[in-house]
Amino acid sequence: MITAGIDVGAQAVKVVIVSDGKVLARNLLPTGFDPQESAQKALDGAIHQAGISRGDVKRIVATGAGRKSIAFADRNITEVTADAKGANKLMPSVRTVIDIGAEEARGISCDAEGKVIDFAKNDKCAAGAGAFVESMARALEIKVPEMIEISLKSTKDAPINATCAVFAESEVVSLIHTKIDKADIAHAVHDAIASRVASMVRRIPIDKDVALIGGVANNAAIAEAMKKHLGVDVLVPENPQFVSALGAALAAAA
Amino acid sequence: MTTEYFRWIEYAWKNPDMDWHKAETLVAGIDVGSVSSQGVVLADGQIYCYSNTRTGSNSPDSAKKALTMAIEGTGIRPEDIKFIVGTGYGRVNIPSANKAITEIACHARGANFMGGPTIRTVLDMGGQDLKGIHCDERGKVTQFLMNDKCAAGTGRGMEVMAELLQVPITEVGQMSLDVAEEPPSVSSTCVIFAKSEAIGLLRSGWTKNMVLAAYCSAMAHRVVGLLERIGVEKDFAITGGISKNIGVVSRILKELGGIPTVTLKPDAQIAGGVGAALFARDLYLKSKK
Repeated sequence: MITAGIDVGAQAVKVVIVSDGKVLARNLLPTGFDPQESAQKALDGAIHQAGISRGDVKRIVATGAGRKSIAFADRNITEVTADAKGANKLMPSVRTVIDIGAEEARGISCDAEGKVIDFAKNDKCAAGAGAFVESMARALEIKVPEMIEISLKSTKDAPINATCAVFAESEVVSLIHTKIDKADIAHAVHDAIASRVASMVRRIPIDKDVALIGGVANNAAIAEAMKKHLGVDVLVPENPQFVSALGAALAAAA
Repeated sequence: MTTEYFRWIEYAWKNPDMDWHKAETLVAGIDVGSVSSQGVVLADGQIYCYSNTRTGSNSPDSAKKALTMAIEGTGIRPEDIKFIVGTGYGRVNIPSANKAITEIACHARGANFMGGPTIRTVLDMGGQDLKGIHCDERGKVTQFLMNDKCAAGTGRGMEVMAELLQVPITEVGQMSLDVAEEPPSVSSTCVIFAKSEAIGLLRSGWTKNMVLAAYCSAMAHRVVGLLERIGVEKDFAITGGISKNIGVVSRILKELGGIPTVTLKPDAQIAGGVGAALFARDLYLKSKK
């Protein structure tokens, strides 16, 4: 059976189409101000990519912060459920899933079947989410990919004391003025977000293996910093931003 | 040049009915906050002159500027001032100060002096922090709570919104009250998230005034939440820069359900500086004994 999962995030809509557990297509579009319209376009794109027609998609499940705004979905599941299901499919050994998105971070403890045992999340504060990195990249006047690249070359940390993204932005500006190396500032920024997420995740049991997913998992500097803060190895699957949508597509087939 | 909507005009004031030459002692308090700095001079225990300036990139210069602007045109020379107490975020780095005292003690003391002995709860809404302070009839702190970790509910958060909406910071409060009916509050706590939420609201057809109303009421709600953790005893007073934002203040008072409130004269933003100057006077007189 062919099914689709749609993950409506704060910043991007992700669509995954699966056929009997096999991924046929993936598509990502900015969420914009009309999530339903963006979801529809993202789905159409994925259908086209898969070389199938709309009628072939038997069931659609939505997830993510904007999951309730997708009227054409057959049902919706929470992003926590979708994360665990998707991560389990890709990495069956995973017992702890950490998802860092643009405006939210979650830690999920799951069993061998990908069922949720416990979870913790932060959706109140940008300091532990992707928005923090973007905000700091703006202050550094560089693009995020460049920020990641220079961060990985940094040898020492710049002192960033602020937790709040708004305060950290002013702090970064004054660090630049005092001629601190941008690479060290970038490194400190990544370290700060990883430290925030790690302390949030510590509210649940952290059993091996640990996986990092969500759009921010593409940031190698944060993945490195997460390993340091958690003291365990962290697995990052390919296309980590699509794991939740994959979980939703699998849930649609169940 | 781009307009900086967060900017407000720096100013100084002096008491026209007083002659400082007749005073026995002049003392000063300097409050170097994260966003604004105030210099206050007391002549025999009365407020003679003060300034309200924008904090620069370092505390020593900001403190100097605040005091210089306060005494400008009065004929007072820095050496005429017998004792200076520094307070605020930058208090440890004020070379001219004889002593540094925390802003919590200074705000309570300053509010007590300007608003009278009935004040029991002082809410200080600063540029980068938020404090709830309980004090006794002499303005002595009995309990306090502060948030300096998060920009929500602070002046800096309001600056971000003013910049986003391109509204001068001094007009935010009035504009937020100029709405046909009160819209639902912005739901995000985080200023960064509130910013994206505000952009979404504007796209969906909300006016700037409505967005400001929704943000001011969210800020008021957050502040009241902090205050309720220490309890709000009457009388109530607000200090700090946001005390001048009628949109936030009126919504806080509404949420507090008509609590007896004292307005601080001549200026609620100088409470920290006034308190510091009062401590300076005590310390100076004690040293003379």
